[in-house]
This record gives sequence, C-alpha cells and structure tokens, in this order.
Amino acid sequence: MALRDKQGRPLVAVTGMGTVTSLGQGKDDTWAALTAGKSGIHRINRFPTEGLRTTIAGTIDTVDVEPFCAPMLSERLAMLAAEEAVGQSGLAQEDFPGALFIAVPPVEMEWPQRQALAKASGQEGDVTYKDLLKAAASGEFKPWHDLFIFGTVADRVANRFGTRGSPISLSTACSSGATAIQLGVEAIRRGETDAALCIGTDGSVNPESLIRFSLLSALSTQNENPEGASKPFSKNRDGFVMGEGGAALVLENAESARARGAKILGYVLGCGEKGDGFHRTRSSPDGMPAITAIRQALEDAGVVPEDIDYINAHGTSTPENDKMEAMSCTAVFGERIANLPISSNKSMIGHTLTAAGAVEAVMSLLTLATGRIPPTINYQVPDPAIPLDVVPNVARDAKVDYVLSNSFGFGGQNTCLVFGAEPKGA
Amino acid sequence: MRDVVVTGIGLVSSAGEGLEAHLTALLGGGAPNTDATTFEPFPVHPVAALEWDRQIPKKSDQRQMEAWQKLGCYASGLALDAAGAKEDAALKSRMQLIVSAGGGERDYAVDGQILTGLAKAGNPGVFLNERLMGDLRPTLFLAQLSNLLAGNISIVHGVTGASRTFMGEESSGVDAIRIARERIASGQDDIFLVGGAYNAERADVLLIYEMGGFLWKKPYRPVRERPADGGGMILGSGACFMVLESREHAASRGAKPLAAIAGIASDRSRRRAGSIEGALHALSKRLGAKPDVVISGATGIKGITDEEQAALKDIAPGAAVHATGDLVGHMMEAQAPTGVALAAGLIAQGKAGEAFVTSVGHWRGEGAIRLTKA
Repeated sequence: MALRDKQGRPLVAVTGMGTVTSLGQGKDDTWAALTAGKSGIHRINRFPTEGLRTTIAGTIDTVDVEPFCAPMLSERLAMLAAEEAVGQSGLAQEDFPGALFIAVPPVEMEWPQRQALAKASGQEGDVTYKDLLKAAASGEFKPWHDLFIFGTVADRVANRFGTRGSPISLSTACSSGATAIQLGVEAIRRGETDAALCIGTDGSVNPESLIRFSLLSALSTQNENPEGASKPFSKNRDGFVMGEGGAALVLENAESARARGAKILGYVLGCGEKGDGFHRTRSSPDGMPAITAIRQALEDAGVVPEDIDYINAHGTSTPENDKMEAMSCTAVFGERIANLPISSNKSMIGHTLTAAGAVEAVMSLLTLATGRIPPTINYQVPDPAIPLDVVPNVARDAKVDYVLSNSFGFGGQNTCLVFGAEPKGA
Repeated sequence: MRDVVVTGIGLVSSAGEGLEAHLTALLGGGAPNTDATTFEPFPVHPVAALEWDRQIPKKSDQRQMEAWQKLGCYASGLALDAAGAKEDAALKSRMQLIVSAGGGERDYAVDGQILTGLAKAGNPGVFLNERLMGDLRPTLFLAQLSNLLAGNISIVHGVTGASRTFMGEESSGVDAIRIARERIASGQDDIFLVGGAYNAERADVLLIYEMGGFLWKKPYRPVRERPADGGGMILGSGACFMVLESREHAASRGAKPLAAIAGIASDRSRRRAGSIEGALHALSKRLGAKPDVVISGATGIKGITDEEQAALKDIAPGAAVHATGDLVGHMMEAQAPTGVALAAGLIAQGKAGEAFVTSVGHWRGEGAIRLTKA
C-alpha cells in the first residue's frame, strides 16, 4: 500500500486515542455505554441550580481538581485523554516526538476567585474592580495569573508529554476539536513533523457558562428527565445539553508509524472547512458553508459521496443546527441520504463544546474499527422535515469503511473530517 | 516552497491609525501616548479615537461587539483596503483567516454589584444564579468568545475562506503568522488575513497581570529602562491585521508587496536564567538572521528584557533596535503582528533591508520573524 495520498502528501495515521466523557473514563468505557444507548446526562449537583432555566448537563463528576475551575478541569481531562492516547501509540510518554495542537475553552477568572479577591480587599461597601486590583497587588494571588491565562493548559500538557515546539491553543467554538486534528494533519502533510498530539478538552460547566448559553436560548430546558433531554433530529428537540469531555489522538506520518511497527487504528484522510459570514449564531439559510466544508473534506480525502458509509453528525439537538445539518447533508449526498446512517453522540454525552470534534473523531474511528454505529437516542418523535436514518435508539452493525464527522460552531465555523480504515484504493 | 509576501497592513493603536502614522511615530522617537490616570496606578496606552463607521458601516454590527472586536474589525478593514482586496468579494470568500485572541470584556458594573451582594447573600449560589440570569446581557457572551473576533470579521468584511483562532497570549500572535506562512509556502492556500487585537483599557486584564506582578506602576519609561527600576509592562490597546499571500498570487492580481516573510520560528523554553538568551540565539540561527533593523517585542519585565537585549547585541550588532512597546505599549496577542507590520513598513520605505522581529512572552513563549525585501 502506498503511504502517500493521491496528491502525493504523507498519509496521516491514527496510532493512539483516548477519551473521557460523562459516560466513563477511557475510550472503552465511553464506547461501551455509547453503543448501549446510555445517557451520561444528569442533574447538575456541582453548584446550586435554583433560578436556572436549565439544571442538567453531562458533567464529569469523578475527576477532582483543586482549585475547581474550568481551566483546571479542562487540563485534567486533556491529561487523562492524552495519557491514554500516547500510551496506546507506544510513543514515549514524556518525550513525544512532535507538536501539540490543543482546543481549549476560552478561560477567565471565575466567581470564587473574584469573591476571594473582593474579600481580601477588605471592602465592606460597594465592591468595584479597584478593590480587586488593590487585593491583587498583595502578590498573594500570583498563581491565579498562570491559571487564568489562555496558554496555560497547553503549556502544562506540553510539559507533561514533552511535545516539541510552540504548542498551539485554539478555538473555533464548537468545531475546535476538529480543528485541532486538522492542524495536526496539515503539519504532518507539510513534513514539519512526523507526529502530532491533537486534543480537545472542555470542563467548563459552571454557573456563568451555563447561564450565557441559556440567555442565548441555546440549551434544552426539558429538565424533568435529564437522560431524555438531548434529542438530536427529533421534532421535539429544544436545544443542546452542555457536556464535558476530553479526547486525544496521536497522529503520525503513516510511513514512520509503519516503520516503528505501530498499530494503525485508522487514517485521517481528509479535512474541509468553510467560514460563514451570515450571522454570529445562525448559519447561512442556503447551507452553502456547511455544504462546502463537507465537499472539501471528501475531496481532500480523495473519496466521493458514495464512498461514505456513516456520518457522525454534529447533531446538537438545537432546532437550527439539526435542520441545517440535514439540509447540507442532503445537498451533498442526494437521495442516498435517506439510507445513509447518521447519528449523534451528543444524544448521550451532550455537547462537549470545545472537545466535541475530538471526542466524536475517536468515536468515528471506533466505528471503523468495530463496524458498530452508535445510535441517536431519545428519538421518539421524528421530525418530518428531517427524513434521515438517524440510527434511532439502538446501535447497529454495518460495514463501514469511510466516516464523515461534522463540526459546526458559532462565529461561522464549519469543519468536517473524513476517516477511513484504509485510504481509498489501498 | 513559495515566497510569502505582505501586501496589506491595518494598524491602530495609541500611535494613531494606519501604517504611515506608526512609522512616522517610530522614527520620530517621541514618548508614546499614555493614560496615567484612568486606571491609576497603572498607566495604559489608550487607542486613538476611531471613526468606527469607516470600517464597520452597520451600527447593528458595532453594537454586537465590545472594544477588542471593534478594534480587530477596524484594523482588518484597513488591511483589506491597503491590499486592494476590500471590494473583491470573490477573493475575500476564499481568503483564509487566522486570529490571535484572548477573550472579551466583562460587564464591570454588574460584576461589582454581584460581588457586593454576594458578601451579604444568605444563599450565595442562588443569589449568583439570579443576578447572572437577570443582569447579563445575552449578547455580551458573543462579544467575549475568543473566536468571535474572527466571526465578526467574516460578517463585517466577508472574509469567509475559513477562520481559526489561536489563543495563548504573545505566542499566539507569532504562531498565527507562522501557520499562515507555512500554509501559503506549501501551496495549501494562496492568501490570508492574519492578526490580532487587544483592549488594554479593561480592569479585568489589568487584574490578571497585576496578580502575577507584571505591571509597571510608574510614569512611562522605555521598556529597556524599566528592569533597572523593578521592571514591568504597560499594556496597550490596538489591533494589527495583515494580508499575506504568495508572491505569485500577489503578482497575478497586481498587488504590490511591502516585504517578504522569509522565516518564522517559535518555541517554548523552560524559563530559567539564561533561557531567553539561549532561545533567541537558537531562533536567530534557525532563521539565518542578518538584520539591519530589529523590532523588539520586549515587555519591560526584569530579567527577560535584559536577556533579550544581551542576545540582540550578538544577533544584530550595529542594527537599529526599536521596541514595539515604546510605540504602542504591550498589545499581548497583537504584539507580534504589530512588530511584523512595522518591520514590513520600514522595508517597504527602503529604511531597512532585513528585519528581525522578536517576541518574548511576558510569562512564556519565544518567537522570531525574519523579513526581507519583497
């Protein structure tokens, strides 16, 4: 088999994968639950939920960090996923021979820290930022500078695994995880590196993050039955459910992976992306940017629509996304879309936001490896406007050679990836 | 590999608007505009007054953005104008975008009121929920999200190839240009808009850097004079965006290159005494730098600023050294793009043949960019 693609670029192999989600730590636990149709969504007990419109999420409550805050939890989830991925790859655990690309949630200081500064200022009347600044001058809060700047999670992961060069922290909103993989693929194709550690992580379910999404009316408010709230492609879908997660992939130049005798788990064959200037949170009504991203990914992978056996959907369970995604896929795949399985992991783990593209990449690769397609659960009321085969409620076995994974985000972000068990024509 | 050239620059800061104004101020050598009172004891370099309508025509768009996004959108418009790309919708629809960004402003009044109330609240968690639900402006979130500067540039200017947002303080600015350059050089893409924006006139960013003990709290002094007196940085508001493209692509559309980006290197030393000096030597060697002008991204922080100065004596003996911080302050994610823009401008004016732009992050990350005549 040729180790370069049809455009003469190095093939990009996946040699290690790791993930942690609300369904379990490690890809095996998550995969077992995901293919059993289990939900990881539950009532939030991390903080009081009185007064909130949404009181459920797919938080990861089994991981302790101190101080508890989004960057610390995101860092820990990234570490856990990367330990599993690098471990599986067989590459050195502390001397990773390549670059780090990591999708991290935007961070800022959180309320417990603001409160601590307010208290330390001694201000007993109206608190202003002048008081917080006064408290900050004491030097007592120095570690929080490091904790709440944007490059720190990447820096710590880079230290832990000994990745090479300047690590790249990135955000493309809800497609960030896919973009991290795309950056790794590109670096290997350009010959800059033979290996890349690509991570998406998000541990940001806190009151303010939840409320921000809530105020944009993006979240499901069907709190009574948490496990049933995320209903991608259903007629009664009413928003996404926030989830936490981390996922890591070790990408390698297939030639160097083969040379060192690594087990190849699959290939990232193609990447596509397209910006959308229509609106900050809504997609172009004609779906052109998403359609273009899908077509680019297929073209980049050297496959045609007929080759794709399964679509791992973005499938957020918002009225807007699912309608737009169905329309875009129909435009690309034509009549075949009615019989092309497309399912949403988010029906079970919620929307892991910054991590989603990476988590769903791992699940896509497990579908390739096992021939098992995880279902879209909570599919009780089909939406006649979305006539798709969403693999309703029960996993399905199928021969799957090529998977398309979609990721779309606020700010006009559309990123699509194509994975294959082998490159086409191998 | 293809040559990568700069064909348009959009720059706004405390030194004014546009490349010309900045080069004039740089070569004039006067003290930068400084606001010593608004955030006393912290001086900041406030951005010059801008007529937003000139680059962000719709008031509805302006209302959706906080200052950092408006600065970035405005500078992007200037860059597109300068590159002769503004009116070419087809070109912009395939133009790629990389933005180096932090996050957006908070609502300071709301934060203060909540903190005041939290201290007295019987049930602080419930109080916080109620106040956030009631007091946060729904659209503020979109003005804070890191990738929404790119999103706004796509909306306002129609740059819709695809966008990626890099985070991570100073390093993100270097790496944004690095990745754009590599993608053009390798033939993956033809043309990019790349840059960053920073609003320093914000209590919450001052708070982060004051916690770390990085801020200069005395009247303005040039960055290189500060270490002897304890050291520290003065943050500056502004934005810098550039149009980068392959030489062939620029020629095919009749765009005049200002300078070529001959190489970019970035790394992350484990900081200890001597590591900055070592890192800069290594970066300069990788780039084969022989500059006659240096645009330094020095912060003014003790230790790292001195080490950079020492390294430059070896790397660029006899070269004129300008500090971006002495012109516009420290613009964090936008600092490296601004340095590259100034270097390209000096080369385009014939005032330099080869430039070396440095970035030594206030806390981590080192980078260098080598520019040559187009």
